Amino acid sequence: MSAVAAPQANGYNFAYLDEQTKRMIRRAILKGIAIPGYQVPFSSREMPMPYGWGTGGVQVTAAIIGPDDVLKVIDQGSDDTTNAVSIRKFFAKTAGVATTTETRDATIIQTRHRIPERQLTEKQTIVFQVPIPEPLRFLEPRETETRKLHALADYGLMHVKLYEDISRHGHIATTYDYPVEVADRYVMNPSPTPKFDNPKMHMSPALQLFGAGREKRIYAVPPFTKVRSLDFEDHPFEVQRFDKPCALCAATNVYLDEVVLDDRGGRMFVCSDSDYCEERRADGHRGELSGEAPGLHAIGGAS
Amino acid sequence: MSALAITAGFADPVIEAQAHFHALMNALARPGSVQPFPAALDAPAPLTRELAAVALTLADHEATLWLDETLAASKAVVDYLRFHTGARLVANPSDAAFALVADVAAMPTLASFAQGTDEYPDRSTTIVIAVETLAAGGDLELIGPGIEDRTRFDLSPRPAGLAVQLAANRAKFPRGVDLVFVGARQVAALPRTTLVSEV
Repeated sequence: MSAVAAPQANGYNFAYLDEQTKRMIRRAILKGIAIPGYQVPFSSREMPMPYGWGTGGVQVTAAIIGPDDVLKVIDQGSDDTTNAVSIRKFFAKTAGVATTTETRDATIIQTRHRIPERQLTEKQTIVFQVPIPEPLRFLEPRETETRKLHALADYGLMHVKLYEDISRHGHIATTYDYPVEVADRYVMNPSPTPKFDNPKMHMSPALQLFGAGREKRIYAVPPFTKVRSLDFEDHPFEVQRFDKPCALCAATNVYLDEVVLDDRGGRMFVCSDSDYCEERRADGHRGELSGEAPGLHAIGGAS
Repeated sequence: MSALAITAGFADPVIEAQAHFHALMNALARPGSVQPFPAALDAPAPLTRELAAVALTLADHEATLWLDETLAASKAVVDYLRFHTGARLVANPSDAAFALVADVAAMPTLASFAQGTDEYPDRSTTIVIAVETLAAGGDLELIGPGIEDRTRFDLSPRPAGLAVQLAANRAKFPRGVDLVFVGARQVAALPRTTLVSEV
């Protein structure tokens, strides 16, 4: 599907939010960019969807989007899931903007828990939906204390947590929402993306914005900014590895979803990034199951 | 009626505010890059059209404005900003969310503006400075987030001792001020993260 423009519905301000709210969010975004990884408090609004469905990301997208933007929304890498479809329709209706599922055509990509496999460009902005922005929250529940820890750049607690992982499991067992240090200063939650995607945040040409609606925080990583996953010299950071290529497009070095095929233990692994997989199949790449199971990718995307 | 004497703001406030914000966001995200800034509006002198466009895009009753002496002395400018933004005008630069500077030569030091706190470094002033020219290349070398390797930047006229003041500002990180330069329908920015040296 290439970019499709929709007529804007009557009765809404452009992109739903009122102008005063947009200004408030825009000021927070500018401060977030100036202080990479620092969580800027903002007065998050109620949106016509429940908290936990991406209200933070939606508010950030609504504040930055313009009539010429092309929006892509993904949920766990897929353009086809309820959350992604609803948010895409929301902006098509309230802003009349063009939407797309193709990563290369998008100027704004709103995402829940994946970064597209295709390298992002300087022309693109990626907006992350964040449930818990505070990396130290489960280690120190008091906001007054976590603020102090960030102010002092005291991240010892986090290193103890990762060390406890090693002493218990023999390796760092954190696989998603893996903490990163941004621009040699703030420790930040990259939202619950698999740690597979952490290296893509490092020196990314695209601007990365993060919105947490329920927790009322906005933060940012400017383009070409150092993003280091926390680790130890003797236990360096590693991403997940997969034994097999994608069963549909034979891609390697991509993040795969497991799809159960039957009730006898049959399963397949397919690209989590549905657009990347479709593009590869259109280019003639074939995985081991692509011939026999033409409809299966849609099922995989909905998991 | 005096209200009739107030110059008009944006013709299409929703779309124009978004376009100007987009330019400001890109300018701060890519320090030293010069972004087009349409500023298609009339502003009462000595307020430049670019300064007016920044104020109308970002200031409101929740974000205070500080005006330099040149701007604050003009009733037309004060009335225009009060009417279009509703922002509270503050006399002390350390109370300002945004500072508008029309006369670079008479600008107070960066340290006299709000610096934020270690716990809330976002409670700092964004200083918007009207200049005549902005250009890539030049004798200011920039390094930091938003810049792939290093880049060169030039602006004129400059605040006194800019490089020295910026080094002191950078040393306070995460506290400090962010600078936005506007002029000739262009915008560029130096956020507090950027290391600036004269070469």
